[in-house]
Amino acid sequence: MSQSFLQRHAARVIPWLVPAALLLAWQVASSMGWLNHRVLPAPSEVLAAAWRLTVSGELFTHLYSSFWRAASGFAIGAGLGLVLGLIAGLSRLGEAVFDTTLQMLRNIPPLAILPLVILWFGIDETAKVFLVAFGTLFPVYLNTYHGIRSLDPALLEMARSYGVTGQALFRQVVLPGALPSILVGVRYALGIAWIILIVAETLAASSGIGYLAANAREFLQTEIVVLSILLYALLGKVVDVAARLLERRWLQWHPSYLKA
Amino acid sequence: MKREDFTLPGSIQLQGLQRRFGARTVLDGLSLHIAQGEFVAIVGRSGCGKSTLLRLLAGLDAPDGGSLQQPADQTVRVMFQDARLLPWKTVLDNVALGLAGADAPQRAREALAEVGLADRASEWPVRLSGGQRQRVALARALVHQPQLLLLDEPLGALDALTRLEMQALIERLWQAHAPTTVLVTHDVSEAVALADRVVLVEEGRVALDVRIDQPRPRQHGDARFVAFEQHILQRVLQGPAYTGQLPAEPVQPYRFNQLNWAL
Repeated sequence: MSQSFLQRHAARVIPWLVPAALLLAWQVASSMGWLNHRVLPAPSEVLAAAWRLTVSGELFTHLYSSFWRAASGFAIGAGLGLVLGLIAGLSRLGEAVFDTTLQMLRNIPPLAILPLVILWFGIDETAKVFLVAFGTLFPVYLNTYHGIRSLDPALLEMARSYGVTGQALFRQVVLPGALPSILVGVRYALGIAWIILIVAETLAASSGIGYLAANAREFLQTEIVVLSILLYALLGKVVDVAARLLERRWLQWHPSYLKA
Repeated sequence: MKREDFTLPGSIQLQGLQRRFGARTVLDGLSLHIAQGEFVAIVGRSGCGKSTLLRLLAGLDAPDGGSLQQPADQTVRVMFQDARLLPWKTVLDNVALGLAGADAPQRAREALAEVGLADRASEWPVRLSGGQRQRVALARALVHQPQLLLLDEPLGALDALTRLEMQALIERLWQAHAPTTVLVTHDVSEAVALADRVVLVEEGRVALDVRIDQPRPRQHGDARFVAFEQHILQRVLQGPAYTGQLPAEPVQPYRFNQLNWAL
């Protein structure tokens, strides 16, 4: 009993030993002056910066800006991708109309159009939202389309022969069957949304975490640059956990999500 | 497309049925009459066209020629070899698929109880064994009260013991609900155990049509049962060259209980 108790806690603690040791070494190296502040600030300085910005409220302003851009860009891009994917997946005509165009556009790296986007929209919100939308549309489109096209025809035939057609067929068979694939697209799109946002905010913005980092660089505030990097990591993780929860809830039936 | 005068209401009449896939003729003038409530088993080698015949009866495919007459308003339900349960619906919701009305869950629950799986109603299909999945599929077919039940090698993928259990279950439910039933199988023993008539399809035509006049439930080891089985099996194996005849029904031997009082 006590052994298994110990083992259980050991299993939880062990993965954190290396990061904790690294952090400690980093702190010691900074305190002893072995590590130049301009190269890497001490963890305590980063923490102090986080506290300072939290108290002044700046942190939340920038967090909110970034989050809002990511969310609205993702909503537009993923929403459009889903709709177009459904159309192309469900109808041969839809496929003929949209698929070739989208497959061509998909080969453009979203960041390659950044200069053009800045020319069109300047550096205001629209530019960032547009870029995020452009980057998230394709993964959702492709996976939705693929999810519908790779549905098991035997299940479709069965459902039709049991009198399930039209909207009921879509709701009960097509959508749930394509959902695992759609969610793969959603998670992939979420990852892309952050990457695009980081670059766009660093290059051209007047608020947001990327701006915070770029601005701090100008004044050699390395602790704020490091803080910004950590914030991106944290936000990315939060979004990923949210996506996982969604999958766990919607794909309960899937062999990979069944509780043992 | 002449309708035979002797056709009874509710019966199915196939006349000179043709089905081709490209250059290959799968059904080549197949004729068959199935009476209402009858249990017909279709046997034959792989590729003889028996599954194609079933798909035509189900309306999943259309014939290239000949006529297929069946009641226009009948409910047809198919049970496939792979259970084809929707993995994202619970067992109960799978049974209720395509059911309408407020009492749908209740009817599904009753159907599930009939196949002995009432306690698994809220499970996901991946949790079930192969035999249990086929029982759910059977409940899903029967809950619609079909007039025509089509079974496409439903027990082909099951182990021998589960298969015997399922045969007993199918027989019991067929007797309770009395749908016209067509079972496609490659297992002659299964056909003899379940069907009123065993029909052998060969090269797209009916090659043999045997009425199994044995009382139910039938015993697999019974002499008469084995005679039927051997007769059909030999015909399958030897093809048209087979000239054997089904032995006549043996004279009833004396029974001990008949002798008892005479002693």
